[in-house]
Amino acid sequence: MRVLVVAAVALALAGPAAAACPTVPDLEGKLMCPTCKTTLDQSDSPVARRIKALLARRVAACVPEQKIKDELVAQFGPAVLAAPPRKGFHWLAWLLPLVGLVGAALVISVLVWRWSHTKPPEGVAESNGRAPLDPELERRLDKELARFDG
Amino acid sequence: MAGRLKLAAQVLALALVTGLFALLVWKVVTQNDNAAKELEQGKVTPAPTFRLARLDEPGKLSLAAYHGRPIVLNFWASWCIPCKEEAPVLEQVWNRYRRQGLVVLGVDINDVRSEARRFATKNRMSYPLVYDGPGNTLTDYGVEGVPETFFVARNGKLVCERLQAGVHLKVNRDRFAECIQEVLAA
Repeated sequence: MRVLVVAAVALALAGPAAAACPTVPDLEGKLMCPTCKTTLDQSDSPVARRIKALLARRVAACVPEQKIKDELVAQFGPAVLAAPPRKGFHWLAWLLPLVGLVGAALVISVLVWRWSHTKPPEGVAESNGRAPLDPELERRLDKELARFDG
Repeated sequence: MAGRLKLAAQVLALALVTGLFALLVWKVVTQNDNAAKELEQGKVTPAPTFRLARLDEPGKLSLAAYHGRPIVLNFWASWCIPCKEEAPVLEQVWNRYRRQGLVVLGVDINDVRSEARRFATKNRMSYPLVYDGPGNTLTDYGVEGVPETFFVARNGKLVCERLQAGVHLKVNRDRFAECIQEVLAA
């Protein structure tokens, strides 16, 4: 029983620590190569290889992901992050696409509503969008067609 | 009411397109303005200023700190193989001409700081070194790769020419020696 309790406590303590350890492939997808402007996982440039080696060392030491990112931003600037950080001015990069999407959805909804609720001008619907026929012409046309029917 | 709203939307769209077009024109016109290009065109070009963290010791260093002294400005990185080969040549120049006021200043770009420090120690680079991890100076100078070397006269203007590739290479060796004499005399 005592062994089980100790094991449970050890697991409980080890669980969050293990979860906090980032992985190199995950980080490589979230960081940019400063010279080639692609993510590290897509680059094999000399500087990318240096950064990957640094990541491997930091990950082996189980340094938290955010700390590794902060260290690299301090060296290479915010452009080293594949996605802008969610703070300050950088929020715009996250919010503007959403604002654009919501705005476009609203505009399309309004336009669709207006089109579906607009009555066509009188006479247009009956003539399939064309100008209605002159009554005299229509009478003559019916007469001519009647000849063929007879 | 709807007509006025439509007109306002059209004016807004037109203004937006005009603004974006103006931005494009401005970008195309200004993007090629860098020191290397102006130097190639024979223009009198002031060396773009910078203030960067020192790599060889704590603190910051600005280019202006050496105003009045001739400078050999070398862009390098620890991952660059020719940089390793030219480092002893730059060290030699620094030791030989420093009594005449010449400064060799190394700008480490797009590099891991710890690797750069190790590189500098291993290659016994005793001249001043600054660190530009994000590579902000590259655009101003028009640096296209490492190593590249510029020459800054006592008055802060660029002289001679921008040397691309290692200064130790046969293609650059004679010109490098000429540029040192030119910057010392300027």
